Amino acid sequence: MTTEFRRFRGTPGYLTSDALESAVNCALALEKPLLVKGEPGTGKTLLAEAISAAFEAPLITWHVKSTTRAQDGLYVYDTVARLYDSRFGDGDVRDIRRYIKFGPVGEAFRADRRVVLLIDEVDKADLEFPNDLLHELDRMRFRVGETGDDVVARQRPIVIITSNNEKDLPDAFLRRCVFHFIDFPDQELMRRIVAVHHPGLDAALLEQCLSVFYEVRGMQRMRKRPSTSELVDWIAVLQRAGITSVRLDRELPFLGALLKKEQDLAAFADQLAGGRKFRS
Amino acid sequence: MIVPFLYALRRRKLPVGAQEAVNLARALSLGLHESSLEGFYEVARALLVHSEQHLDDFDIAFAEHFRGVTFDAVKITEEIRGWLEEVQKLRELTEEEKASIEALDLDELQRLFEQRLKEQTSRHDGGNRWIGTGGTSPFGRGGYHPTGMRVGPAGGGGGGAVKSADARRYKGYRTDVVLDLRQIEVALRRLRAFTREGYPDELDIEGTIDATAKNAGELDVVVRPQRRPDTRVLLIMDVGGSMDPYADAVSQVFSAAKRATHWKELRTFYFHNCVYGRVYRTDHFADPIGVHELLRVTSPKYKLIFLGDALMAPYELLATSADQPGNPPTSGLHWLSVLREHFPHSVWLNPEAPRGWSGNTIEAVRSVFPMFHLTVDGLTEAVQELTRRR
Repeated sequence: MTTEFRRFRGTPGYLTSDALESAVNCALALEKPLLVKGEPGTGKTLLAEAISAAFEAPLITWHVKSTTRAQDGLYVYDTVARLYDSRFGDGDVRDIRRYIKFGPVGEAFRADRRVVLLIDEVDKADLEFPNDLLHELDRMRFRVGETGDDVVARQRPIVIITSNNEKDLPDAFLRRCVFHFIDFPDQELMRRIVAVHHPGLDAALLEQCLSVFYEVRGMQRMRKRPSTSELVDWIAVLQRAGITSVRLDRELPFLGALLKKEQDLAAFADQLAGGRKFRS
Repeated sequence: MIVPFLYALRRRKLPVGAQEAVNLARALSLGLHESSLEGFYEVARALLVHSEQHLDDFDIAFAEHFRGVTFDAVKITEEIRGWLEEVQKLRELTEEEKASIEALDLDELQRLFEQRLKEQTSRHDGGNRWIGTGGTSPFGRGGYHPTGMRVGPAGGGGGGAVKSADARRYKGYRTDVVLDLRQIEVALRRLRAFTREGYPDELDIEGTIDATAKNAGELDVVVRPQRRPDTRVLLIMDVGGSMDPYADAVSQVFSAAKRATHWKELRTFYFHNCVYGRVYRTDHFADPIGVHELLRVTSPKYKLIFLGDALMAPYELLATSADQPGNPPTSGLHWLSVLREHFPHSVWLNPEAPRGWSGNTIEAVRSVFPMFHLTVDGLTEAVQELTRRR
């Protein structure tokens, strides 16, 4: 079968786990897209940047929006420009190729070296969107209907797809991907992440913040559990305000930075009042 | 070795098939698992699981299936690990060497190790060649099987794999038990439809090009109405009494429905136990609206979702009473049928587990409405039922 390939081992600026490395290497070896899911703020997009850095391959990013169609990623035939040119005479309108604009997937295929193609937040688009890309990502080629040109990937790009889970992805699409779910960081990893954002933070305060944070996350009936970015913001506010110690009680300072929903604030107060017996 | 594991996964309803098996075999033949059970766990998980909702089942199946391989991992101490490392170095043992190792006086450790060997034999074919196969290619038949990885990591690293599988960290992502607000939203998002109705104020580029071409190149602008959501939902909830334990789940569905921006309209009503002639606009039964009045203002295009346990005293469902003096007496069941007939797209979501759905009033209600368990899976099925064309 294939010969030895270069493995991904993370980069100095991007902390990986064994599971993540393993998933990336599976995707590389089997030449399949890597589908990365996880809570917001767990570094899904950064992974593509890290892989791009590790393999010194340029990164081509395709930010998917609710209006994005699969075709946009391949190429767009700029009919309006051609119509305009034909009316007001500018350039050779007989050459359709001049009006074919390649999208991120097209660019990735046409690149003369291996690139990393990031399809970011694939779930934002319509339900059918991933299915429309199946064939192209599988075969690594597509045809420009207007000119009859075939666009074939010279170097199979490394495809990273992220999803925030806003919609279910089609089964046929899932089957073709290597899947990795980025866990919410545990305390140890979180400590290192916070250290990146707040170097020189008082160790005692950090410990207290983390313990309060995971306590709040573990509470029942939370509509939106605080995530990494909320913790980082919260610590920033605490530092600004010169607060040197926190503990879990109803007067928790700047609770609004952690909990952003009224019901969650109510649930928080509720559970502290209820002698903590509801904690999960 | 792999294939029985795949079937174990299938038994747990993980959608794995030939494609996954081939991928896994390829990955193993490329040595992606780095000859350790831990590595195998990571590789298998990346290739066999396609969604976080299945991670928990994968972990359970993995722990069950490979328990024999590492059942004593927990007990194994640093010394044992060291001892196993020694064995690993002597991977290509002859029978004599093996015997000499067995002669080593490591009493308790040895006993564990042998017990483990026996476990192997009974569990897997060829397991008794556990040490013997050490010399064969690490990527032989079964891929993951060879001793090189089995002897060492089964005690040290491999323990980690089953241990992390045992930890069941992904329990929270199961969809057959948990109802998380976000998961409900995702499920409800499928309940949608679009139409183009109203004032044409959107430029139809394709249409314009077509029309212009037909018009011999003279610009002919085509406009059309915008595409707008066209789903109308009617949510009728049972509150109080036997529904109290489910108040939290019900309120989650309610807020997810409220937040669904892809619907044209959502109307919510309440009832207690069963519908008798009227439903209420508030959860403390004020501001009633008669069922016939409700049917008058809602077209059959509405999708009707009932949310309730459908548990009540039989007479509440079957006894007849007049909803208003002068009207013919009707039973609760009759009112349900009236609603069902008016709304071809209707479902009943029940927080009670399906095992308790027979031999009581639930059975009667089920004969009227298609009923689904109030879990993410059930909700997804319900949405499928609601969007089915009729």
